[in-house]
Amino acid sequence: MAKRDIPEINAGSMADIAFLLLIFFLVTTTMDVDTGISRKLTEKQDSDIKPPKLKEKNVFIVTVNRNNDLLIEGIKFIQVDELREEVIKFIDNGGGLGNPIDGAEPAECEWCEGEKDPASSDHPNKAVISLESDRGTSYGTYISVQNELVGAYTDLRNRLSKKLYGVTYTELLKQSKNDMQNESLKEKIKNIKKKYPQIISEAEPTK
Amino acid sequence: MSKFKKKKKGMPGISTASLPDIVFMLLFFFMVTTVMRETDLKVKQTIPFATEVKKLERKSLVSYIYVGKIEGQGGDKIQLNDRISSVEDIKYFIFAERETHSEDEIPLLTTSIKADINSSVGTITDIKEELRNINALKINYSTRKGDITKNK
Repeated sequence: MAKRDIPEINAGSMADIAFLLLIFFLVTTTMDVDTGISRKLTEKQDSDIKPPKLKEKNVFIVTVNRNNDLLIEGIKFIQVDELREEVIKFIDNGGGLGNPIDGAEPAECEWCEGEKDPASSDHPNKAVISLESDRGTSYGTYISVQNELVGAYTDLRNRLSKKLYGVTYTELLKQSKNDMQNESLKEKIKNIKKKYPQIISEAEPTK
Repeated sequence: MSKFKKKKKGMPGISTASLPDIVFMLLFFFMVTTVMRETDLKVKQTIPFATEVKKLERKSLVSYIYVGKIEGQGGDKIQLNDRISSVEDIKYFIFAERETHSEDEIPLLTTSIKADINSSVGTITDIKEELRNINALKINYSTRKGDITKNK
């Protein structure tokens, strides 16, 4: 049989086709990473359930009015950047006995470094932050306040984690994400979370 | 005829045979790293800043609620998918979202609220109340990483 030449296919337009596809994808897709503050809403309660009784000294009230002014504990006006410090001071006070952990007897907070002021919160697991906002508050301020509240907890958790395990809590979380199977990391995170539980309550905004 | 042929002058052409390979590489890079744009924004927004941000994992489990203003119209507007909607529509939006996921993924569904810095907390509260009513409890306030003093 005679050898037949197979004609080569011209691939010169391949680049054009690829470019066309590339540009299509560039236009229709986005690359932005979504970030944000995660929150869990409370479940809807029946109206006949009475709210649990809390001692006034265990509740830290942050009020934001429609002019975006901040008031804490109903007496003191502060700026947003002072809020974190105040919240830390409140949570970390450790002036009394906490809720029992794992069925043990109520005990004092050994890891707190606060002033142990009897007029402020008893224990981090009893301390409640209550956020009251107005319908007219701007969302930007609201987010700033939320951010500072979460930030206060993160600071405290970082400090405790650094003391117990030598690395910050944020670092622990990062490690655990890269190493999902690592049970000891998970245990550490759980322990820190238990020592500084995030208790933020949001009241219905005033009209 | 001389023994040494004179070379023709002029530049030799650069081979473009590898150009498709390069472009394909770029194409695949973009196909892998990006996601399809889902909605066109109808409301005007500047997303607030925060420092304690977390990355949203698994975008397929996230549904977005956009809040912002429309030029020439007063008040905050809520955008679901491609439509300006009212607060009451949120439940149908979430139900429709749940339809597209399997049973075991439903508790993991997150609602991301993308709201403008200047929208009022009242609107956000209405949305949250609506979400509570239908038990969509995982929410996320969309923020950019940055200094909170820019939130004024």
